[in-house]
Amino acid sequence: MNDLKSQASRTAVAGKPGGLNTEIQSRIGHQLRAMYDDVVRQGVPDRFVELIRKLDGPVPPDDSGSGSASNTNDGRD
Amino acid sequence: MPLTDSLRDDILATVPSLRAFAISLSGNADRADDLVQETMLRAIANIDSFQPGSNLPAWLFTILRNLFRSDYRKRRREVEDADGNYAKTLKTQPAQSAHLEFEEFRVALDKLPQDQREALILVGASGFSYEDAATICGCAVGTIKSRVNRARSKLAAMLYVDGAEDFGPDETVRAVMGGSGG
Repeated sequence: MNDLKSQASRTAVAGKPGGLNTEIQSRIGHQLRAMYDDVVRQGVPDRFVELIRKLDGPVPPDDSGSGSASNTNDGRD
Repeated sequence: MPLTDSLRDDILATVPSLRAFAISLSGNADRADDLVQETMLRAIANIDSFQPGSNLPAWLFTILRNLFRSDYRKRRREVEDADGNYAKTLKTQPAQSAHLEFEEFRVALDKLPQDQREALILVGASGFSYEDAATICGCAVGTIKSRVNRARSKLAAMLYVDGAEDFGPDETVRAVMGGSGG
């Protein structure tokens, strides 16, 4: 993720004479990650844990896939 | 490949960043979670096409992005959400002092063209390489690079140099460069 910053210092961003300075670039990078990480830190909501437990492997699209879709593991708890 | 327990774990481990990406795209937490759920269903239904040892997060992000794009064409993004409902959807509110800046950033991000916004998020927040981001978006690496650069440039213009019209070009350059004009 640090390459955002180094990228910023290397790349004079088009459209502005002289490019954007490193401080602005790093502020953008910082805010972007702050916003994103705010959600990441919420972890995995229960509904997704439940969902993945319930799901079995791929359902064959054409042949006898109606009743038992579980051709995979049964070692899950 | 079969859906092993470790693959389930790996998919779950990607959920937090999938949600963050989905919220960034859709601007709406409920819709984002629906997108993530749909992504998981699609991924597992198509797990046969996942190459073991390849980049699972990139594969999942690709599915989510494609779902969002097809959904997006059907119903337009709810514009009112750009104005501040986003923060309310978060469980963790940003600190009060940072709140305004956070909101401004969110609104500015929302104004970017979708191509640029997703490129910037994938590279700048999700931490994907330009190559992975290009794979996820189905375009060339150079295209991702230019989208990211344009996105940064526009954000900077919106957030940090939007007094530009008042100053005139010379002042703007001097302000951006930190002084020493001629």
